[in-house]
Amino acid sequence: MSSDTLAKAPAAPDLPRPADTLPIVPRRRLGQWTAAVAVLVLLALAVNSVLRNEAFQWDVVADYFTTDAVLRGLWLTLWLTAVVMGLGFALGTLLAAARLSTNPVLRSVGWGYVWLFRSIPILVQLLLWFNIGALYPQLFGVRTVDLFTPIAVAIIGLTLHEAAYAAEVVRGGILSVDRGQIEAAQALGLSRWRRWWRIVLPQAMRAIVPPAGNMLIGTLKGTSIVSVIAVQDLLFSVQLVYHRTYQVIPLLMVATVWYTLVTSVLSVGQYYVERHYARGTGPAR
Amino acid sequence: MSVMVDIRSVHKSFGSLEVLKGIDLSVRAGEVTVVLGPSGSGKSTLLRTVNHLEKVDRGAISVDGELIGYRRSGDRLYELPEREVLRQRTRIGFVFQNFHLFPHLTVLDNVVEAPVSALKRPRGQAVEAARRLLERVGLAEKADAYPRQLSGGQQQRVAIARALALEPRLLLFDEPTSALDPELVGEVLDVMRDLAGQGTTMIVVTHEIGFAREVADTVVFMDDGRIVEQGPPGDVLDRPREERTKAFLSKVL
Repeated sequence: MSSDTLAKAPAAPDLPRPADTLPIVPRRRLGQWTAAVAVLVLLALAVNSVLRNEAFQWDVVADYFTTDAVLRGLWLTLWLTAVVMGLGFALGTLLAAARLSTNPVLRSVGWGYVWLFRSIPILVQLLLWFNIGALYPQLFGVRTVDLFTPIAVAIIGLTLHEAAYAAEVVRGGILSVDRGQIEAAQALGLSRWRRWWRIVLPQAMRAIVPPAGNMLIGTLKGTSIVSVIAVQDLLFSVQLVYHRTYQVIPLLMVATVWYTLVTSVLSVGQYYVERHYARGTGPAR
Repeated sequence: MSVMVDIRSVHKSFGSLEVLKGIDLSVRAGEVTVVLGPSGSGKSTLLRTVNHLEKVDRGAISVDGELIGYRRSGDRLYELPEREVLRQRTRIGFVFQNFHLFPHLTVLDNVVEAPVSALKRPRGQAVEAARRLLERVGLAEKADAYPRQLSGGQQQRVAIARALALEPRLLLFDEPTSALDPELVGEVLDVMRDLAGQGTTMIVVTHEIGFAREVADTVVFMDDGRIVEQGPPGDVLDRPREERTKAFLSKVL
């Protein structure tokens, strides 16, 4: 009788129905449900405590969220990030080219740069540049302290730091491009410049964009470190306020919410940039 | 007929491994030369020296009377600047075993790229020519597809169209069907047969003995960095004189 359970049998009231006509009942995933409920409960508790804790002073957060001082700080954070990313990747691309070059001197210098600037903590580097006047009191006939203003120190320090990481990201991207692509371009007589801009870089971008997006977001938040040399970025602007009013938590929340907002926008942007460079990588036939 | 490719006493080593041990070969214009040989015999390296993708250590190669990769001055050969090498390459089409189409460009842009950027053709004119070439290899309707959306055989036909877009004097094929599924080999060989029939000068490195027998004017058998035997297909394939040729043919036929 067991072999008959799969065969179609005439429908009779007391005979079991054949297996291929039976409805399917999914297995119960009890563990999954328990975990989901536990996490939801914890989340609700956390949100409740954030909203109900008077000390957050959400009304103060709202009051300061779009004040001039905060917006000026936000604007500085944004353009500093843009400048540092731009200069950092420009320098980083040159360094990557140096590290991949056939010239042993360029290769060593590229390697040495990356080694040095990845080794020095950014905070230490900023303080060093800030005090560079102790080493060179005069540069080009100008007092060094006049040249190395806090904002100049911020741009120089962050860019040099960024470039070391960008160099590795770009180098990795270039190495990810199949060697045959360059040979094909050479065989077609494409110039070195054209091979780089038209063939290698667009393909390398697929490997460069995700870590570069990470770096962009990291830099946006990382610029807050310049508050230690009194550059009025977003963090320093809210600090100026709470030093006066002692509303530390609500003003830190102002900065937190702004950083989160900008980061979210950047993440959305990254999605579209990645999609752009994914051209031609659809399912293979 | 005039000599299109003249290879004289070419030597090439990779480190301590000598892969070309003195090759002499001449290819007449309008003829098809098929190079056979076991893997590691140096046939692909030889092909790559013809458009200077590999530099030779010794010897000289000229295409259509022009020395490739070097300039003769007195008793010396001076390496040409890259710009000059690139210009020479635009007159020599190269088809790779693994196609090497540019995956981020459409089929049409793959074909248009070199005429526009290396030959400075106006884009409109290059696009028109590219569409004609794609039609010739039977892929006119795939112009806007990306390479990955095509089968291997279709990709290789695009690669041939891309090489033809430079209107080369010479076409080099480096095992053009070796990366293809068996049922796709025929469509690529058809295109190559068609080109041969129109008097294109071709050097083809391949394992397709049938193609050699049918299309080649000259078959060259290489082994261990040397040319062992060469001649019309009827001689080399059917009445080989050398033991090594016989041994190789008995394995592949």
